[in-house]
Amino acid sequence: MLLSVQGLNTHYGRAHILQDMALTIAAGEVRVLLGRNGAGKSTTMKSVIGLVRPSAGRIAFDGVEIAGEEPHRIARRGLGYVPEDRRVFADLTVMENLEVGRQGARGGMRAWTPERLFELFPNLGRMRDRPGGRMSGGEQQMLTIARTLMGNPRLVLLDEPSEGLAPVIVEQMANAILALKGEGLTILLAEQNLHFAGGVADSATVVEKGRVVWSGTMEALRADEAARTKYLAV
Amino acid sequence: MDSILPQLLTGLAGASSLFLVASGLTIIFGVTRIVNFSHGSLMMLGAYIGWSILTRLPREPEWFVLGVLATVLATALIGVVLEVVVLRRVYRAPELFQLLATFGVVLVLQDVTLWLWGPVELPLPRGRWLRQFVEIGGSRFPMYDLILILVGPVVLGLLWLLMNRTRWGTLVRAATLDREMVAALGVNQRTLFTAVFALGAGLAGLGGALSLPNSSANLNIDLAIITDAFVVVVVGGLGSLTGAFVASLLIGILQAFGIVLVPKITLVLVFLVMAVVLVFRPNGLLGRPQAEAREATVAAPVIRAAPPELRALGVAALLLAIAAPFIVGEYYLTVLTDACVAILFAVSLHFMMGPGGMASFGHAAWFGIGAYAAGLLMQWIGAPMPVGLLAAPVAAGIVAALFGWFVVRLSGVYLSMLTLAFAQIVWAICFQWVDVTGGDNGLLGLVRPAWAHDARVFYWLALALSVGGALLLRRMLYAPYGYALRAARDSAARARAIGLDVQSLRIVAIVIAGAACGLSGAIFSYGKGSIFPTYITISHSVEALLMVLLGGLQTVAGPIIGALVYTGLADILVRSTDLWRLVLGAVIVLLVVAFPEGIAGAARRLWLRGREA
Repeated sequence: MLLSVQGLNTHYGRAHILQDMALTIAAGEVRVLLGRNGAGKSTTMKSVIGLVRPSAGRIAFDGVEIAGEEPHRIARRGLGYVPEDRRVFADLTVMENLEVGRQGARGGMRAWTPERLFELFPNLGRMRDRPGGRMSGGEQQMLTIARTLMGNPRLVLLDEPSEGLAPVIVEQMANAILALKGEGLTILLAEQNLHFAGGVADSATVVEKGRVVWSGTMEALRADEAARTKYLAV
Repeated sequence: MDSILPQLLTGLAGASSLFLVASGLTIIFGVTRIVNFSHGSLMMLGAYIGWSILTRLPREPEWFVLGVLATVLATALIGVVLEVVVLRRVYRAPELFQLLATFGVVLVLQDVTLWLWGPVELPLPRGRWLRQFVEIGGSRFPMYDLILILVGPVVLGLLWLLMNRTRWGTLVRAATLDREMVAALGVNQRTLFTAVFALGAGLAGLGGALSLPNSSANLNIDLAIITDAFVVVVVGGLGSLTGAFVASLLIGILQAFGIVLVPKITLVLVFLVMAVVLVFRPNGLLGRPQAEAREATVAAPVIRAAPPELRALGVAALLLAIAAPFIVGEYYLTVLTDACVAILFAVSLHFMMGPGGMASFGHAAWFGIGAYAAGLLMQWIGAPMPVGLLAAPVAAGIVAALFGWFVVRLSGVYLSMLTLAFAQIVWAICFQWVDVTGGDNGLLGLVRPAWAHDARVFYWLALALSVGGALLLRRMLYAPYGYALRAARDSAARARAIGLDVQSLRIVAIVIAGAACGLSGAIFSYGKGSIFPTYITISHSVEALLMVLLGGLQTVAGPIIGALVYTGLADILVRSTDLWRLVLGAVIVLLVVAFPEGIAGAARRLWLRGREA
C-alpha cells in the first residue's frame, strides 16, 4: 500500500472531527473520498499532509510513519496536496507559482516540467506571465494542480477539484485526471460530485461524520443503490 | 535660493540611510508578519560593531568597504541568533505578543550594548577620503553623502533582483502571500524565515555602519531610527520595497527642508505627512489591502465575567489596598499610588484594544494630554486640583474625538502606527513649544489642595478614581454598547449588516479610553507635582502595552494584574540592578514564549483545568 491510514482521529478544539478514519491506496490507484459537506474529507487530507495535527492514529506513506511530521517534510516525501480553495499565489505569475512547487525528480518517474504541464493544461501555457490573482477559477484550479505536480509527487491529494467550476471546465478537469492516471500517478480525490468521481476513480471510500461508512470498488458503489441513496443523495 | 540644492542632496543622503533600515523591516514584516521593534537595535549594533571593526582598520576607502561588509555579516548572524532563539518561538503567538517580544529584545540589546561599549558615544575618526568635498552648482558637498545617495537605489535594485529573479526570492514572495501553502509544497519555512531575518538584520547593520561617518555609534539610535523606519514602512505600504524607497525619499527630503524652513515643528511635519497619507491611502502609498496571512488564526479574545472566586479575591485585594497606608511605609505608598495610576492607564488601553480591537501604540498621548490640561489650567487661571482632575478627561476626550475621526478609518498595524504617529506629534508639541509647555523643563509646581496634601489621603483618592474608573469601564463592556463594540471588532461587515454604526462605536471607544487615560495622567501629575514631555514617549506607550499584554486581553482583570505585576517588577528591578533593562527585557521575552495568552489568561486556563479535573 502506498498510503495506509488507520484509526485517525482529529480534533478542532473540542470538536471531534475525524473518528477512527481509515483508508488505503495502492500505487497507481485512484480512490475517491465521497461524502457530504462537513463529512471530514478535507480534514482527512489536511491531516495526511500535516497541516492539521491528528490527535491519534497512524498514517503510513510507502511504509514510513508520517503522522505528526511537519508539512514540508511530508511534501518532500512525495506527497502532493491540492487544496480545495485553490490558494494560488495571487501576486506570482503562472511560471513563478510553478517554481514554488518545484522539487527534484523522483526515481522511476519522468520529471514534470512547465512544458509538460502546459501540454496537460494548454490554457496555462498561454498565460505564463499572468499573475495568479488575475485568472479565472478554472484556470486557478489547473494552476494549483500543475503547481503540485511540479514537486513530482507519487501520491496527490486532490481536494474537490470540480467544486464551483463550469461544466465544460469540469469535463477538462476529468480528462486531465484521467491523463495523470494514465501516467501511473496515484490519486486520492475528495468529491461530492458522484458523476465526476465515477468517471475517474477506481474505488471509493464514503465518509459520514468523520467515519468510514462504505468502502469498495467504484462498480460496487454503482451497484449499491441503497448506499448511494443513504449516504450521498442530497 | 542657493540652499535648495545642498539641502536636497542632504535629504537624499538621509533618505538612503532610512531606506536601508526600512527595507529590512518591510521584508521581515512581509514574510513573518512580525512588526520587529528590535530592528532599530540591529542598526545600533551595526553602528557599534562597525565602529569596533573600522577603528581597527587602515583609514582607506577599500578597508572601509571591507569593514562595512564584515559588519553586515556580523549583524546578519546576530539576526539568525535572534530569530532562532526568540522569534521562532513566537510565530504562533498573536501579533501583539510578537511585538512585545521584540520590544523585550530592544531592552536586552540596549543593556548589552551599554555593557559592551559603555555609555559614551563613539564617533568614527574620519580618514582623508571621508573629508573630501565635491563642488556642485557652486557649493561644496561632502563626497561621502553623494556615495550614500547612490547606495539607496543600488540596494533597491539588488533587492529587486533577489526577490524577482531568484528561486529564493520567489519562495519569499510566495510565503508573504500564503505561508501554509508554501509549506505544503515542500518548502521549509523555518530556514526561509531565518534567512529573511538574516537579510533584514544585515540591511539594518549596513545602515548602521554607513551612518558612522556622519554621526556616531550611540545608545539612542535604536528607538530614534525605529520610529522613522516605522513611518517610512507604513507610508510606503507594509511589505512593499519600492514603497519603502519612495517613502524614504519623501521623509528624507521633508526632514532636510523642514529643519531649514520650520525648525520647530520638523517632527510634527513628518508625522503629519504620515497621518495625511494614511487617511487618503489607508494601506500606504504602494501597499495593498492586507490579505490576512493564512494560517490558523487565534480567536479574538472572549471577555467573560470573572468567576465568583476571582471576585472574592478582587474584593479582598481592594480591602487590602484600602488598608495599605496603615501597613506600608512612605516609599511603598508612592509605589502603590503609581500602581493605581498604572491600573487606570492599562485598563483604558485594554478597553480600546481588547473589546475595541484597536491596538494603540500611542496611548501615552492621552496620559500626557490629561496631565498638560491640568497643568496648563493651573498655570493660566490657577485652577485647583478638583478642576484639573475634571478637565483632564474632558480635554483628552475632546482630542480623542478629533483624532478618532481619522484613526477609525484604518485597521490593524496601520491603525497602530497612526496612533504612534499621533503620540509623537503630541510629544513634539509638548517638547518643542517651549513658550507654552516649558519644553524639556516641563511644568512645575502642580500643587495639591491642603486636604489632599497628605500622601495617604492622595493615595486613597488615586485608588478611588482608579478603581472607580476601572469598574465604570467594565460596566460599559457588559452594557449593550460593549456588546456592539465587540461585534464590530469581530466582524465589521456583519456588524454593519445588522445596523451597527461601526465607526461611531469605535470613535466612542477611543473617546472613553482617551478620557480615562487622561484622568490617570492628571492623577499622576498631581502625585508628582510636575509634568514632563517624557510622559508621552514611546517607552511610556509601550509600558501600557506591556501591562495589558502581560495581563492578557481575554479578561477584564488582565490589565489590572498586568499593571500591578509591571509596576512591581519595574520597581524591584530598578532598585536592585543596573542591568534592569536586560532583566526586564528577558522576562518579557520569557513571558511571551511561556504565556502567549498573558498571565491572567494562563492563570484562568490553569484554574479552569484544575476545576475540571
